[in-house]
Amino acid sequence: MSQLPMRAQLASALGRTAATLSRATGRGDGSVIGGRVGLMLEPDLLRKLAADRKLVLVSATNGKTTTTRLITSALQELGDVATNAFGANMPAGHVSALASNKAAPYGVLEVDEKYLPEVLDTTEAGVVCLMNLSRDQMDRAAEIWLLAQKWRRALAGRPTHVIANCDDPLVTWGASTAARVTWVAAGQRWREDSWCCPECGGPLDRAGFGHGGQGLTAAQLADTRWACRECSFRRPEPDWVLDGEYVTDPRGQHWRLDIQLPGQANRANAAVALAVAETLGLDPGRALPRLRTVTSVAGRYTTVERDGRSLRLLLAKNPAGWLEAFDVADPALPIILSVNAQGPDGRDTSWLWDVDYRILRGRPVLVTGERRRDLALRLAVAEVPFQLCDSFERAVAALAPGKIDVIANYTAFQQIRAEFGRAV
Amino acid sequence: MQSELSIVWIYPDLLSTYGDQGNVLVLEQRARARGIRTRTIHVRSSDPVPQQGDVYLIGGGEDRPQILGAERLRRDGGLHAAIQRGAAMLAVCAGYQIMGTVFGGEEGQPVPGLGLLDISSGRGERRAVGELAAEVDPALGLPTLTGFENHMGVTRLGAGVRPLSRTIVGTGNGDGTEGCYAGRVIGTYLHGPALARNPALADLLLSWVTGPLPPIDDSWYQALRDERLQTVLPG
Repeated sequence: MSQLPMRAQLASALGRTAATLSRATGRGDGSVIGGRVGLMLEPDLLRKLAADRKLVLVSATNGKTTTTRLITSALQELGDVATNAFGANMPAGHVSALASNKAAPYGVLEVDEKYLPEVLDTTEAGVVCLMNLSRDQMDRAAEIWLLAQKWRRALAGRPTHVIANCDDPLVTWGASTAARVTWVAAGQRWREDSWCCPECGGPLDRAGFGHGGQGLTAAQLADTRWACRECSFRRPEPDWVLDGEYVTDPRGQHWRLDIQLPGQANRANAAVALAVAETLGLDPGRALPRLRTVTSVAGRYTTVERDGRSLRLLLAKNPAGWLEAFDVADPALPIILSVNAQGPDGRDTSWLWDVDYRILRGRPVLVTGERRRDLALRLAVAEVPFQLCDSFERAVAALAPGKIDVIANYTAFQQIRAEFGRAV
Repeated sequence: MQSELSIVWIYPDLLSTYGDQGNVLVLEQRARARGIRTRTIHVRSSDPVPQQGDVYLIGGGEDRPQILGAERLRRDGGLHAAIQRGAAMLAVCAGYQIMGTVFGGEEGQPVPGLGLLDISSGRGERRAVGELAAEVDPALGLPTLTGFENHMGVTRLGAGVRPLSRTIVGTGNGDGTEGCYAGRVIGTYLHGPALARNPALADLLLSWVTGPLPPIDDSWYQALRDERLQTVLPG
């Protein structure tokens, strides 16, 4: 890794300087600006930085940052790992991550779904991990079927080993052109984007249609089989299976996950991380203890304290993410919901109507954020009683001391983190 | 309408890309608030469209599901029969274009629609994304239309329809108008939960089935409308 040509070395060093300046001046964590400077000076920098490493790319609509963190923790059992832990998931962030740890023999990169073909092409990563695809920020993101189609084209004709969630029909379709795929039955809670066959457009037979984004019953949730009624496309036989707390590996051995990150979505992320780790020669017996050390990821799932109140912070950026957050939230606790519609959130709040909020009936619900009136109407129509608050602080103050759950979308979440000095 | 109002949601498996469920939920809630019982039928694209429904909804989607949806509805014929019977309908975005005689496919190629509205659509030069505000045709007696659009369509209105509104902010049909209506069928580019932002439009659809409706508490609807209109309207 120290064999970088002079120009690339210089580009990489200047990039790190810019990153340090960015952090020192409080403008950000530096992972984007540093990479941008590096890429400007040496467009081929990412390729050079990726060469000679065992590289894993992680992509999905939800769970990218967490799964990247879990895989990184596991692989640290084998050696040093370069990673974009701050979620800067486009090429500039990748350059910055790899440049900051040039000696690491392993790299684990979270990759924005749209950038996956480009980053795969540049880095020629040996392992690609694909978890889920669902509607997300439609005012600027591409249609997910088109995304999956781009994944197919990018993976075709490559030696890349793909680890993919076969319970998500669109991910399965997107991964199935790869030369080698390890299928993980990791579950799928949000099914509203996969009622039609990605291959032929025919109806997919599977449990739960007509629920309109509502929580599925436990039996429906457990039934992850799917098959097209009109063509031969169907769920592949899984190599790894997640069933509640347990993962079954390809040898039929059961492993109790017992991770600290809460909720079924994180157990799915952990199952996928185990499959990735094994691909790189690390068996579950050695990987699992590492996964269990992860307690929060870039502020997600962190508990912060204020005036006797313990606030657990949950991030949810799209309808599928809200369902996962509801799975984690404690029905016995009050909950604060905060929604913004800035650029990174998507400026359109229509997605609120895809989320079934009725699960919140019966607990104190406080609504805040820049688009709190959109959420207020949504809750009123769902007949969920709530209290509207002008600010997050007021919402916290309106509740008695004790435990509180908080769900926020992207910039709302960052604003809350900033209030606590990003110490989380 | 029989003992309960039936709401027919057409093809949520294909055409419910962004919040389209909101229109169903708002109709249900506003009927419920007046003591009217409702029944909602989710019609999957592999199933026949019932002909006896009261209010029909069809939502937005991308190119491929739009073409699939149009093909299946043409073959099925149930929606044609319902509209001829006098059912009320709201068609949104991709669903709005499908209602016309023709719309633009993935490469801009013309795809035949259902011919239930006298409109024809094609692809525009650039995507219209953002808030929209428009003055509704005075004949309908509705307050300012507000919502969010996200489409590349350009729609030409024929003699058989009237523009739903004239745009103040936003693109709509592309000629200064937004949406259209004919009989009891309304089409609009305001995607997702257009009825959440325009409860009077929801009541219009309901009243075509039930007759005049008493007012209900609209304060949360109004708070959102005021905020959005204040944000987007000039001056």
